[in-house]
Amino acid sequence: MILLSELKEGQSGIIERVGGSGAFRRRILEMGLTKGATIYVEKYAPLKDPIELIVKGYHVSLRVEEAAHIILRG
Amino acid sequence: MPTRNLTIALAGNPNSGKTTIFNILTGTRQKVGNWPGVTVEKKEGTIHRFDRRLKIIDLPGTYSLTPFSIEEIVARDYILLEKPDVVIDIIDASNLERSLYLATQLRELDCKVLFALNMADMARSRGINIDGGKLSELLDVPVMFTVGNKSQGIDALLKAAVELADKEKNSNSTRKVRYNKDIEHSIGVISESIGRHFGETLSFNTRWTAVKLIENDSVVREHLLAMDTRAAEAVLTEVQAQRTTLTNLYDEDPEILATDERYGFITGLIKEVFTISPGKRVDISRNVDLVLTNRFLGMPIFFFFIWAMFQTTFTFGGYPMAWIETLVGLLSTALSNTLPESLLKSLLVDGIIGGVGSVVVFLPNILMLFFCIALFEDTGYMARAAFLMDKVMHLIGLHGKSFIPMLMGFGCNVPAVMAARTLESKKDRILTILITPFMSCSAKLPVYIVLAGTFFGPRAGTVIFCIYLTGILLSIGTGRLFRKTLFRGEEAPFVMELPPYRVPMAKSLLIHMWDRSKIFLRKMGGIILAGSIVIWVLSAFPRAVVYDHDYAMDRTRIHQLYAEKAAIASPSEMGILAEQRGAALGKVDRAENTERIEKSYMGKIGKFIAPVFKPIGVEWQGGVALLSGFVAKEIVVSTLGVLYAAGEEDGDDALPDALRRSGMTPLSALSMMVFVLLYLPCLATVSAIRRETGSFRWMLFSIGFNTGVAWFFSLLVYQGGKLFGIA
Repeated sequence: MILLSELKEGQSGIIERVGGSGAFRRRILEMGLTKGATIYVEKYAPLKDPIELIVKGYHVSLRVEEAAHIILRG
Repeated sequence: MPTRNLTIALAGNPNSGKTTIFNILTGTRQKVGNWPGVTVEKKEGTIHRFDRRLKIIDLPGTYSLTPFSIEEIVARDYILLEKPDVVIDIIDASNLERSLYLATQLRELDCKVLFALNMADMARSRGINIDGGKLSELLDVPVMFTVGNKSQGIDALLKAAVELADKEKNSNSTRKVRYNKDIEHSIGVISESIGRHFGETLSFNTRWTAVKLIENDSVVREHLLAMDTRAAEAVLTEVQAQRTTLTNLYDEDPEILATDERYGFITGLIKEVFTISPGKRVDISRNVDLVLTNRFLGMPIFFFFIWAMFQTTFTFGGYPMAWIETLVGLLSTALSNTLPESLLKSLLVDGIIGGVGSVVVFLPNILMLFFCIALFEDTGYMARAAFLMDKVMHLIGLHGKSFIPMLMGFGCNVPAVMAARTLESKKDRILTILITPFMSCSAKLPVYIVLAGTFFGPRAGTVIFCIYLTGILLSIGTGRLFRKTLFRGEEAPFVMELPPYRVPMAKSLLIHMWDRSKIFLRKMGGIILAGSIVIWVLSAFPRAVVYDHDYAMDRTRIHQLYAEKAAIASPSEMGILAEQRGAALGKVDRAENTERIEKSYMGKIGKFIAPVFKPIGVEWQGGVALLSGFVAKEIVVSTLGVLYAAGEEDGDDALPDALRRSGMTPLSALSMMVFVLLYLPCLATVSAIRRETGSFRWMLFSIGFNTGVAWFFSLLVYQGGKLFGIA
């Protein structure tokens, strides 16, 4: 089991499951981070948080603690 | 029979170019206001085209229509309840897949919708090819291509919208978003239940209502309950049963299932209509970000931009500011010279021009600042700023975007509070607004300069620096405190799109800047005017003051004395004599003025509240000065000048000398500075807080909280200092 927050810059993975609860989880899914989507880690911010990701062809940022809720296919 | 009036609503994701298209459509004929009851900006404009009167509404930019944020509720309620004739969904063509999420939701709503695939040129240059005809066929929706920033396709879009409005509504349900067979089964059962219990009375589309109930949508549920409680309860029992079945089948919440299914449906669409030629991908934006959010360069560049923004604002804003000041001065002098001495003249010159004039001078600064912010927003840099600063701001429990308003607070709190609009979550917005006044604004600096300069001499710089630092630390402290108490609960996730960089359109920038400045002028003008008049009344009344001293006699005596001296003086001495006489008369005027203020309502209030200021080492004169600072903080210095320095000879050192002689000590000066730093924001800021939070409660809270904190910390400084034997 790999968490999105464990990926390094330039690595990518396929989303297996989005954890967390309630509005947070729903919002993440609505932004296109759904099961089966390929996700690429573009870069970490200069202060190591948040992360810039590319998913469904667009750039989105997530905090590291939030990325830790996203489980990738191992 | 086609109607002459049509309402067209623009929906779309943030950064889809929706505002640009709105600006092209309506130009300068747009009205900016708020949606009723919430502080979400509402823009509308009316235009005449195709022999119709078209009302164009710019809905808030959203990614979805689930009722989680105010923006989404506003957009959805508008479509559901106001029933616009046509909804145009503006879609960023190079970001089709994610944009289709909102688009499919709009399609599910029972409204006439039209897709505008915007920035089609950008998409093509990235090698993206979209089969518009196929998309139109699959979703049974007219699809148009536009390039907003080049005004291409806008006419055709408007024409298509009008044609769609004239067409008979056809509810071809087979082409709507389809879910898997289990969800479809539940939708069927619930639809049937709704039909049975509500019949034709329901104003929403039945299928849509069923889907929303499966998704546990609280707004729809309450709507049904409000219509007919018994019928709703019967339907909701069925919904609960279906939700349980689905949860058991998929081991997942039905709302998550629905989201997944919608994206699944979209993936299917994308396969049919979307192709990308891999060789042609040139992503300029990504290359720009290699520099602007670079691990080493990102931060320095960000601070450079911020520095440049302030430099522009205060340096270039300084010139027009000086012109306005001169103009206000000229107006005031002209009125003083032409009008006869009267109450009306005093009201006009001292009250209205003095008060409003002191705020109007900030207009150039505000225009500049808002221009820079519009530039940050329209280019897409604002999202990068939030990306860079989020780690720091998160420590205070805030979003990265809060950094800009807080930083602006050092300049002026009014635009800072208004800039908090860029924050999406209401909690973040109010929290930012509440802690921004602790950022010491530039109007407070003159107060520090006078007090620190007088009592701390060479160490004044260090003292002022410490004052600023105290403000910053307190804003961090209160931010954390509020986040743990008043704004508890789940923080909104930091899912923020980093949109591609774009060249901003001059027209959009100017409209942006002017919209916000207009708010400043109109609203602040009103409340500042009222406030200035109140302060003037308090200091100018009662008119009939019984003076303890006969100033008229003093004046007669001075005139006599100099007349005698002039009689024996040589012509060369006349000039010096006249100057001396002027100085002597001025001294009498100021003494009279001091006594008048002491006996005015303002002075009486000052003496009345003196016991409150005593523990923090501030005399009644200081108290009055602080009260008058409510209009604008700079006034604290001028009031101190009137109350203390009156009767002194003119000169730069008059006020410092008078302050030293008044019995004020370095410790009480420090205490007063701390109070000035923290106490209630000025009138203009207070009215901005009222406006931006949309509630009197938060405004009163801000006033009370800040003043309480100020008093407490001043007390700590003064009494603590005395305890340690510092004078």
